[in-house]
Amino acid sequence: MIEWVKKMFGQTPSSSTAKERLRLVLMTDHLALAPEIIESMKRDLVDVISRYVEVDREKVEVNFEREDKALAMLANIPITAVARPNKPEEEPKAKAEPAPAAEPEPVAEAVAAEPQAKATTSTMSGPPPTRRRRKKKAGGSKPAPAH
Amino acid sequence: MAARRIVITSGKGGVGKTTTTANVGAALAKRGHRVILIDADIGLRNLDLVLGLEKRIVFDLVEVAEGRCQLRQALIKDKRFESLSILPAAQTRDKDAITESQFAAIVEQAAEAADYVLIDCPAGIEAGFRNAVAGAKEAIVVTTPEVSAIRDADRVVGKLNDKHLPIRLIVNRLRPDMVRSGDMLSVEDVCEILSVELIGIVPDDEEIIDTTNKGEPIVLDDTARLRMIYDKIARRLEGDVVPFTNFDGQSLLGRLFGALKAG
Ligand SMILES: Nc1ncnc2c1ncn2[C@@H]1O[C@H](COP(=O)(O)OP(=O)(O)OP(=O)(O)O)[C@@H](O)[C@H]1O
Ligand SMILES: [Mg+2]
Repeated sequence: MIEWVKKMFGQTPSSSTAKERLRLVLMTDHLALAPEIIESMKRDLVDVISRYVEVDREKVEVNFEREDKALAMLANIPITAVARPNKPEEEPKAKAEPAPAAEPEPVAEAVAAEPQAKATTSTMSGPPPTRRRRKKKAGGSKPAPAH
Repeated sequence: MAARRIVITSGKGGVGKTTTTANVGAALAKRGHRVILIDADIGLRNLDLVLGLEKRIVFDLVEVAEGRCQLRQALIKDKRFESLSILPAAQTRDKDAITESQFAAIVEQAAEAADYVLIDCPAGIEAGFRNAVAGAKEAIVVTTPEVSAIRDADRVVGKLNDKHLPIRLIVNRLRPDMVRSGDMLSVEDVCEILSVELIGIVPDDEEIIDTTNKGEPIVLDDTARLRMIYDKIARRLEGDVVPFTNFDGQSLLGRLFGALKAG
């Protein structure tokens, strides 16, 4: 009866809340237990971004934050230089537009002064935390979508 | 013919490891297997009590490890079964009174005289856990459908994966009424979250407390509601495909099976 009333009023059953919370907390746990995965993800991320702009590798920061229903990855990647956008010889792949990143800073050494461009914010939700992660498999430490 | 060596573990305390070890062990023995149960919970000995064998203890696990007696002298035979015996934990020692390799050696030796060696693991993931896991070749993780128990179970699953032990899951203390009203995680939810193969669903039932009070394994009581539950777990361990009791009112288990096969 009470359940019926609860449903009438659109209250979320506590089991759904439990499931949602568990999903998030386990993702966080798994990440915390797999620092090597975060490191290699960070490396790959920086590699990709530095194809387009010059990046201060030393100062890259990657953090995870819990948001309402998802886990967010926040990467803070200081950009030290951006090449001039006109590169006629190379096919202008979508990439060649280094976003309207502020006026091209006086190349290099702009680090400290610059309001660090927040490069990436991606959100991880979706599939339940995969297992068989946190293996220190030589080399390939990507969080494979197990199963 | 190597014996199966199965550690029963959970991470969180009090979720039913000892109850499971005693009753699954008894169910296997009743089905004609030679079973040795090892209580790895040094300092918090309980398995003997749950099985009503507490008065017959002479030697314990640590004394075997220290070579002060033979394994066979320390094993207590359960007179109600042909082939069930337990190796009690030491009650007055610490978890570090025994090393992983000593523990593994004892399991090894027990395995020579049994078809199934079940190891009742202490709560936690420290030394006691590492000991209990040392000689095991497979694991049963016990959890209740509650957030903290599941989180801890997940932690343990990670540790067991690191050791490459195959894992099966028992969801204990299920309250079907609460699942139906949306106030408890369903077995399906738990399996999905932990992504581990299910081997048993045990409802929350005062019968457990009653039989534990008396020191009687449930499978011996022909009128017990849970008797078939433990018998089914035993059969699944043997490798039989036994349909799960449907506590859900819906086609939970069909879907569950499907999901597990697919995933
Ligand atoms: N399915 C069940 N229904 C009702 N009560 C149960 C059930 N399973 C276990 N219990 C009760 O829960 C309590 C804890 O069980 P048990 O001692 O088996 O847990 P444990 O995981 O071995 O604990 P510990 O971590 O302390 O070793 C006991 O009182 C037991 O009777
Ligand atoms: Mg116990």
